Amino acid sequence: MSEPEIKVGMTSSAPFDRAPMAPAMRGGRASSSYDLSVTDDIDARIWERIKDHPCFSEQAHHYFARMHVAVAPACNIQCNYCNRKYDCTNESRPGVASVKLTPDQALRKVLAVASKVPELSVIGIAGPGDACYDWKKTVATFEGVAREIPDIKLCISTNGLALPDHVDELADMNVDHVTITINMVDPEVGAKIYPWILHGHRRYTGIEGARILHERQMLGLEMLTERGILTKINSVMIPGVNDTHLVEVNRWIRDRGAFMHNVVPLISKPSHGTYYGLTGQRCPEPFELMALQDCLDGNVKLMRHCQQCRADAIGLLGDDREREFALDQISTKVDYDANMREAYRKLVEHEREDQFAAKLDANKAVESLGSSGTLAVAVATKGGGRINEHFGQVRELQLYAVSRKGINLVGHRKVLPYCLGGVGEESALDQIIVALDGIDILLSAKIGDGPKKRLAKAGVRAADAFAYAYIETAIGALYIAEFGRKPSMPTALPL
Amino acid sequence: MAYKIIASQCTQCGSCEFACPSDAISFKGEGYVVDSKKCTECKGEFDTQQCASVCPMPKTCVPA
Repeated sequence: MSEPEIKVGMTSSAPFDRAPMAPAMRGGRASSSYDLSVTDDIDARIWERIKDHPCFSEQAHHYFARMHVAVAPACNIQCNYCNRKYDCTNESRPGVASVKLTPDQALRKVLAVASKVPELSVIGIAGPGDACYDWKKTVATFEGVAREIPDIKLCISTNGLALPDHVDELADMNVDHVTITINMVDPEVGAKIYPWILHGHRRYTGIEGARILHERQMLGLEMLTERGILTKINSVMIPGVNDTHLVEVNRWIRDRGAFMHNVVPLISKPSHGTYYGLTGQRCPEPFELMALQDCLDGNVKLMRHCQQCRADAIGLLGDDREREFALDQISTKVDYDANMREAYRKLVEHEREDQFAAKLDANKAVESLGSSGTLAVAVATKGGGRINEHFGQVRELQLYAVSRKGINLVGHRKVLPYCLGGVGEESALDQIIVALDGIDILLSAKIGDGPKKRLAKAGVRAADAFAYAYIETAIGALYIAEFGRKPSMPTALPL
Repeated sequence: MAYKIIASQCTQCGSCEFACPSDAISFKGEGYVVDSKKCTECKGEFDTQQCASVCPMPKTCVPA
């Protein structure tokens, strides 16, 4: 991977390096999963490559959409969490798709979607089946799409077994993003996940099969890294099978240049008809997943915004529009007009520049005040650089430290959402209060009077007066109101 | 000699169609079927019958 050259955002400016923190915030790691401002370990060229990919960039997933086309149903391995039925319209999980498409049908559908969904930036082949095994259909689909919509990103998901055979062709086709599912680096663990594989026209079972798969996965990853193709590793967390082992997996993939690690919880119900579903293998609890993610954080970039989408999902992550685009509704001749997508991309570019400018202004104002005051602020945000998350629904708070040296993002804190089904959960609020230790002010898009009072008692001022404003703009205004001689805001804070 | 597919067990994943070296398997009507005239049981080509090797369901691709 290339060395950082030009930093994006403001992270290279010295004044931000040693912002004082409230005692409880020390040790908080500067995060990298946020946006322009926090691309501390991502250089400009990488940012260029991921900024429009909703799965590879947390920031992009608020702006851009992907479309999966189910064109490669044949698979060369059997996984215990997979059932190779494709007819699962009512389920939303990886591996299921309502219809298999031929490459021609896929192209038609892609053109129809690209004409109606301006956010579309990525076409992926993500199952059912394996894109590298059912290779001819993958190639036929990508060639058609690249010819008609040259600016779209191509992306595949694979189990890795046949990957080494096609890395050069992937590079030739400009496939810049590859996801490999790697659940083990120890064949003994693998034998509990994969009953068999088909390699070189022979079926291998047990440890022998898992060993071949492991070797091919590592080879494929190394080959992709050599060619500078960005790789995301998906690992299915299976309690009692590979949950603790994933720490080892994380180390192996880091050593081989993986760009991102995405640990996904096993999805398994008896009705899915999978081996695990039928044997009663349990799925991980959210807190177990979170604990594992926390313990992996810092080695490879961790993906934390995965929605475990369908193999034929269309649209923004978390907003599947697959049903709007049934094949029989799409006319045989689709005219694709690039203007709408182009206009949308310009708009996003503008929004991002706007946000960056707002951030610069706020920092300049804070610095020029020259006050010795400091503030620790927690923000509820869904991304896009704005205060746009409800207090009751927030799962992760972003922590900012403000001083004369500027406004600096200093970390994240995970919380359990306070409102589950519209009702405030007192015990959850207690936990949030613990998580807010050391914070002066909490900003969210909305907060009720009850929790606001409880927080006030605990010494945290909560406000929703800055709903939907840019984070830095709001924090800058607060800081100036608090420590400036002539407040630019009417009062310090509406409490 | 030829193979056949037990329709009631077939999940219609389509892997057999892809794996068959003789182009003997196709999707007809409700499911996958083997053309007994084309099926060679992979003799002379592979050690194992490819449809049976790649089929995720046990005893679904079997000798006719």
